[in-house]
Amino acid sequence: MRHLLSTKQLSRDEALQILDVAEDMATVNEREVKKLPALRGKTVVNLFFEDSTRTRISFEAAAKRLSADVINFSAKGSSVSKGESLKDTAQTLAAMGADGVVIRHHASGAPQVLAESGWIDAPIVNAGDGTHEHPTQALLDAFTIRRRLFGDTSRGRNLKGVSVVIVGDILHSRVARSNLWLLETLGAHVSFVAPATLIPFGASTWPATISYDLDTTLRETQPDVVMMLRIQSERMNAAFFPNAREYARIWGLDDARLATLRPDTMVMHPGPMNRGLEISAGAADSARSTVLEQVANGVSIRMAVLYLLMSGQS
Amino acid sequence: MSTPTYLIVGATLPTGERTDLVVQDDRLTRLAPGTDSASTRGATRIDADGLVALPGLVDLHTHLREPGFEQSETVLTGSRAAAAGGFTGVFAMANTLPVSDTAGVVEQVMALGDDAGYATVRPIGAVTVGLGGERLSEIGAMAHSRARVRVFSDDGKCVHDSLLMRRALEYVKTFDGVVAQHAQDPRLTENAQMNEGALSSELGLKGWPAVAEESIIARDVLLAEHVGARLHVCHVSTAGSVEVIRWAKSRGIVVTAEATPHHLLLTEDLVRSYDARFKVNPPLRRDEDVLALRRGLADGTIDIIATDHAPHPTESKESEWDAASFGMVGLESALSVAQTALVDTGLLGWNDIARVLSRTPAEIGRLAGHSHAFENGAPANFTLHDPSAASTFELDRLAGKSHNSPFLGRTLSGRVQHTFHHGYPTMIDTRVLDSDTVKASAALWKAGTPA
Repeated sequence: MRHLLSTKQLSRDEALQILDVAEDMATVNEREVKKLPALRGKTVVNLFFEDSTRTRISFEAAAKRLSADVINFSAKGSSVSKGESLKDTAQTLAAMGADGVVIRHHASGAPQVLAESGWIDAPIVNAGDGTHEHPTQALLDAFTIRRRLFGDTSRGRNLKGVSVVIVGDILHSRVARSNLWLLETLGAHVSFVAPATLIPFGASTWPATISYDLDTTLRETQPDVVMMLRIQSERMNAAFFPNAREYARIWGLDDARLATLRPDTMVMHPGPMNRGLEISAGAADSARSTVLEQVANGVSIRMAVLYLLMSGQS
Repeated sequence: MSTPTYLIVGATLPTGERTDLVVQDDRLTRLAPGTDSASTRGATRIDADGLVALPGLVDLHTHLREPGFEQSETVLTGSRAAAAGGFTGVFAMANTLPVSDTAGVVEQVMALGDDAGYATVRPIGAVTVGLGGERLSEIGAMAHSRARVRVFSDDGKCVHDSLLMRRALEYVKTFDGVVAQHAQDPRLTENAQMNEGALSSELGLKGWPAVAEESIIARDVLLAEHVGARLHVCHVSTAGSVEVIRWAKSRGIVVTAEATPHHLLLTEDLVRSYDARFKVNPPLRRDEDVLALRRGLADGTIDIIATDHAPHPTESKESEWDAASFGMVGLESALSVAQTALVDTGLLGWNDIARVLSRTPAEIGRLAGHSHAFENGAPANFTLHDPSAASTFELDRLAGKSHNSPFLGRTLSGRVQHTFHHGYPTMIDTRVLDSDTVKASAALWKAGTPA
């Protein structure tokens, strides 16, 4: 594995390797001195063309705990906002000696273009590209599910037979796509629930069960995991659904729906949450919620990815 | 009458007959092989053994980019690319800057083409002022200008207002012209990046649904029927569009349609690379669309191949997909692609190729005295193509200013060897002649043309 661009291209062995190394990283994160010397003297560039404080600081924490130097490059207020091309930015970073690039971009495929262009010869980690993929989010979600299910015996285990219901704006969600491919690779079963306007065209050919009816899906599948996706306000203006109240009533995880879940069903959310819209405060704060574990596990997963991609090279 | 200048020995005509061809002034005569006589002494001999002679190819859909976008292409460089592809006639699209929506601009474009001499350049006039889709441009003035414009198009944009399209069809009819429609519902394709399907959803690229093309074509053929006008559909890309046009023709509606070389060979799977060389509008579609277009050409539903040659500078394609420009260059590769997709597959013979790449586009564009069937006295616009060799399409095959070809590195069948325009060569032995030579030949030809 030279880059991490998508979960679609990850084999089961590669995925399990990342998850298992992340287990080791999680033990480091529980120590008093949360630091390994693995990437000492190496430079990780966080190249963010899109604002995302959460993802950026998670990668930053991961790189620093591996003793790498971190440069944060935000497109806003930089030469990029003055029209510099991706190529020139990449070549600039290469000339500065970046050993690894974590890229978040509003255009789908930008990390792959960077990886295959020859403009820069460093490992590329996709930190979210357009509506394509967000592989480290899916990895941290799978890691979180595995830990909740298997605890200390997680290492080496896949997610065979685990049932995951993903609810919300599938159409625009790179998290939903990355989760689908990874969970399928790990043996889990995925259901997508959304109004038809928010289901991607052609998704019927994907390895997921598609449903428009949250109540029926929850009743019939009794899922191990319910993952709620963020609804962005601009979707309402574009008439994907009439208004927030109608959406929350039909597809929101409110207290009544929460009460129908099995006691051990996990409630996940990639954050940031719209409390009262796709998820009620009761659901977000319940013992079933894994939201804060997801954040903590994100650092372990990103440490594992940076370690695997960058420590081998001289 | 002067002495013959060229003797083409042993060429194979589109019909399969073998003949020698004599080029004298700007005319062609046939000579039975081996009857070489004193009359052709002094002529330059070109060995055409194994070469297919085709009437000079005519492209109804070329972007020459001048005036306004000379960093991508000029009339000179674009018509040079045409010569390299075996073309002797090109229709230049109207999306220049200023837009080709007045007599002044179209006359300028034609004059630049006449001066360069590589090909007969016929400007296409914009349907609406500034391609704005609001008011008809000076269609009559362009039709009556020295450029004698007969094809009108807002290509790049769709004439989507139904009433305006109706008026355009009616008004253009007045001048024996045709509206060439870029069929794309603008609302259904806002920010669209590639064919809409499971793949666009997977890649996270905004979809350009087939229905956005098919619904406009369906409306337009009904409008053309209603007002009794002729309609031409640009770059048909979907199986559904072929069905709609087949239905319209069966109903007697006067509609013609074109397919581009790239839509006859390439599919959306190439977009997986996120390589913007494969970004084009309309987008590359599915396998079944490619096959439907080929069948449409074979059964006459699709009338012609037109390149939609769309040059862009390097920086417009060297970027993330969303930021890249739409379009591919296509003049230099068109005939090889046509052979690969249609002749090698047994769907079309060389006579059909002569029809879809020369005679019918000339007819649709009302370009008289240009294409032919190698009758004696035919205008000496022709190309000699070697169908025997397959080769990798490399950068040195591109003769225009831009290099955004999706075929680079791909194996294509056949290769254009020689091209003649008005009786003088523009390409000899796969080498495009330099611009001074061609310009001088064009000037001589013009001087000899009765006013």
